[in-house]
Amino acid sequence: MITTPSGTGNMYPVIELNNVTRVYGTGTAAVNALQGIDLRIDHGDFVAVMGPSGSGKSTCMNILGCLDTPSSGTYRFKGVEVGNLSRDQRALLRRHYLGFVFQGFNLLNRTSALENVELPLIYRGTPATERREMARKALAAVGLNGWESHTPAELSGGQQQRVAIARAIVASPEVLFADEPTGNLDSARSREIMELMTDFNRDQGITIVMVTHDAVMAAYARRIVRFMDGIIDKEEQNGG
Amino acid sequence: MFIETILIAMREIRRNVMRSSLTILGIVIGVAAVITMVTVGDGATKQVAYEISSLGSNLLDVRPGQSFRGPGGTRSGAPMFKIADAEAIERDVSGLAGVAPMTGRSAQAIYGNENWATNITGSTNNFLLVRNWVLSGGRQFTDGELRAGAAVCIIGATIRKQLFGEQDPVGRTIRLEKLSCQVIGELKSKGQSSFGMDQDDIVLIPLRTVQRRIVGNNDISSISVSAKDGVSTEKVKEEIERLLRERRRIGKNKEDDFNVRDMQEIVKTLTGTTRLLTTLLGAVAAVSLLVGGIGIMNIMLVSVTERTREIGIRLAIGAMEKQVLMQFLIEAVVLSCFGGLIGIILGIAAAAAGASALKVPLILNIGIIIIAFVFSAAVGVVFGFFPARKAALLDPIEALRHE
Repeated sequence: MITTPSGTGNMYPVIELNNVTRVYGTGTAAVNALQGIDLRIDHGDFVAVMGPSGSGKSTCMNILGCLDTPSSGTYRFKGVEVGNLSRDQRALLRRHYLGFVFQGFNLLNRTSALENVELPLIYRGTPATERREMARKALAAVGLNGWESHTPAELSGGQQQRVAIARAIVASPEVLFADEPTGNLDSARSREIMELMTDFNRDQGITIVMVTHDAVMAAYARRIVRFMDGIIDKEEQNGG
Repeated sequence: MFIETILIAMREIRRNVMRSSLTILGIVIGVAAVITMVTVGDGATKQVAYEISSLGSNLLDVRPGQSFRGPGGTRSGAPMFKIADAEAIERDVSGLAGVAPMTGRSAQAIYGNENWATNITGSTNNFLLVRNWVLSGGRQFTDGELRAGAAVCIIGATIRKQLFGEQDPVGRTIRLEKLSCQVIGELKSKGQSSFGMDQDDIVLIPLRTVQRRIVGNNDISSISVSAKDGVSTEKVKEEIERLLRERRRIGKNKEDDFNVRDMQEIVKTLTGTTRLLTTLLGAVAAVSLLVGGIGIMNIMLVSVTERTREIGIRLAIGAMEKQVLMQFLIEAVVLSCFGGLIGIILGIAAAAAGASALKVPLILNIGIIIIAFVFSAAVGVVFGFFPARKAALLDPIEALRHE
């Protein structure tokens, strides 16, 4: 189990990067994907990460999502140094504090919407009846009442992404990481998804970090972080 | 959590019924083959042992001439036994249940319009005792008939069927070459022996009658001896050998000109042979179980590659290495156990069919069934481990990117 310093409350920012670098490969073939990132995200924030391909935003998201670790510098999640954690400890951290939404939905095929949403709870060891109830509620929260038994193949893209969001928020995570969540959807569907995420951010205080290419989607966030060539080029506060 | 992991594995298996059933096919065939081979083999062994013991328990067969000297002229030089030899064995060897001196030859049996080539055996009532014959009708010889060499006979089930059909043979007279012979009893059927001889094709006549009126000499061609229960046939054999060497005046350094065969030895040899065959067949079948295991590994490796993205999702969501490992391992083990179970059912069915086709008793060896099942589960663990480890060690970022 991951233990955060007791009585932290919001004393520590949820996410704190200090001079984080990430190097792929070694020697002359080495690629510096991140070249010294400083970033602080507080509890309840909604951050859009933008930047062209190869700017390092995906690398940064992998590190933020505890799927990868920095080559140097420190990443503190709620005050815990993630770089010092083992693979399994990071898995536990993801299990209890993080939710993920991907561009390609990444639902389990031939598995009902309900079972997909149950998945994180299974790993949390939630009892079956409670688990089903929570999954049902999460599906209802994304407006998929009555679609519980449908498999991804029987759902539209927008519905699939809703299932993915339900799966990400079912265990009430601290942070929701969304990697181009509207990349595969039309504009109407995209707006619905963004509104859903905004709701979860506002109503449940879930911190959201979202990668997007689309300025319209980024406008839903409170803050926009722009990446360029492995560094943060610009940080701006959204007026609206 | 462990139960959850099993449920996840079961769900994955159900999700792909076709692939799962093809995966377990190798195990099914392997287990079924092992169980069928061993069960039928055990049945055959039992059958052989049973048939030999039906010849007579604790039976020793004494014949003139040397055994194991290859086919053809073996017994040439050796003199036949006389009735005195049988009497000497009965008198001087301890621990005997009965001694039956025998002589005989094949002959034609005729009744009315029916005739049948059969084997005439001349002996005493002891023959019935040592060879485990039971009368199904009529009576044994009387002492008077034996002493006088009366023209009476006891017939086997085959003759009775060939000559009399459904009629009662007792009291009727059949002709054996020139001898007219009254049937006084009939023998209960023993069936075919495992050597392919029809044991029921027999006519039993008092020894003296056969010597005088059919073969025309006083020779005894063999002596059947039966030891009492609990008496070592080994010891009886030694005593008979010592006695006969003395009676036949065989010098110290000379070989016996007779041989004593111990039926229990033959039982041991024959059952040993069938048991060896059973083991060999079982081993061949076990190889197919191993091949089935490789099939499982193959499919599991394909499955891990095919489900790379799923594994990525599970890892991202917070599955630990050992949970992914367990999921795939349990999947392999559940598959192989399931294959084992189906194999056991098929194997028992095939063994039952095989046993009835080969007319051997169906003896289910619980031990081999358990071993086959445990082995199939072990195959799942061994061959499932490598693919499962491969899955567990995937990098979630790479796995999620996998198409």
